[in-house]
Amino acid sequence: MSTDITTDAVAGIEEGARPLPGDERMWTARLRGYLVRALPPGKLLPDRQPSYVSSWVYVFGVITMAALTMIILTGAVLVLKGPSWWHVSSAGLFVNSMHLWSVEVFFFFMVLHLWGKFFMAAWRGNRKLTWITGVVCFLISIGAAFTGYLSQQNFDSQWISTQAKDGLNSTGVGAFFNVLNFGQMLIWHVLLLPVVVVVILALHLLMVRHRGVVRPLPRTKADRGAPQHTRSRQSSPPDATTAAAGGSATGSSDGDR
Amino acid sequence: MLHNMLASLVDLNNTGHYLHWGFIQLSVANAVVIGLMVVVFALAVLVPFRHRRSR
Repeated sequence: MSTDITTDAVAGIEEGARPLPGDERMWTARLRGYLVRALPPGKLLPDRQPSYVSSWVYVFGVITMAALTMIILTGAVLVLKGPSWWHVSSAGLFVNSMHLWSVEVFFFFMVLHLWGKFFMAAWRGNRKLTWITGVVCFLISIGAAFTGYLSQQNFDSQWISTQAKDGLNSTGVGAFFNVLNFGQMLIWHVLLLPVVVVVILALHLLMVRHRGVVRPLPRTKADRGAPQHTRSRQSSPPDATTAAAGGSATGSSDGDR
Repeated sequence: MLHNMLASLVDLNNTGHYLHWGFIQLSVANAVVIGLMVVVFALAVLVPFRHRRSR
């Protein structure tokens, strides 16, 4: 019964994406068709994952996103209440600490995610842009964290800004990025950089859904030439699926080497 | 009570401790974090991931 409902729902989505006769050349119809082909609902929100996703290494990215969610939520509260609240009241100090420690968790697991993806050469199988968007997101996050330290409104932020200005001015960026300008740094921190991070993260995730999670590297030289489902010392074929978080069961059929 | 215990473990009111290897200068706090990251990464690779079911 439930299978029929699910099948009907998927068929309904595909039917809804189909343009009316005569509208096939319209840019909206072509763009919709491209998006539905690139990211069908089964890829966008899969129920099952490849068996090799059953590893704690694949949890690092999810923890990073959870930390980013906490950063945004606590940051929104801090923006609404202001520095006189986050420096003085008990609740403000608590939310301020939650914001800081969410950032610590964010970078901790983002770097672990980077290590994991580096050692599994996750750019294989035409996943170069996924890797590059991850690196860009990491670099912009450093800028977001830096402007956050400048926005604290305490002696620490004064020390950091006066130390940073000389280094940044020596590169020439001081003409439009003035670390001594609190208003400018606050806007960078609470609006511009978070928006860029979230947009690039969304692109990164959509690419993961589109291409699927990269397969593990072959364990032996012999495995490199063997068909992937016959690789040695695997308890189950790589194409077997498991209900787990992170990654996609589909889209991993393209070459990974 | 808890505040005093933490303050005795991590004294934030004085200058930090740094490690020096030639031109490399690293705070002990950062070295501890990097060490923790290596440990967590090793555990993530070695500890089996338990999942509900597979097919």
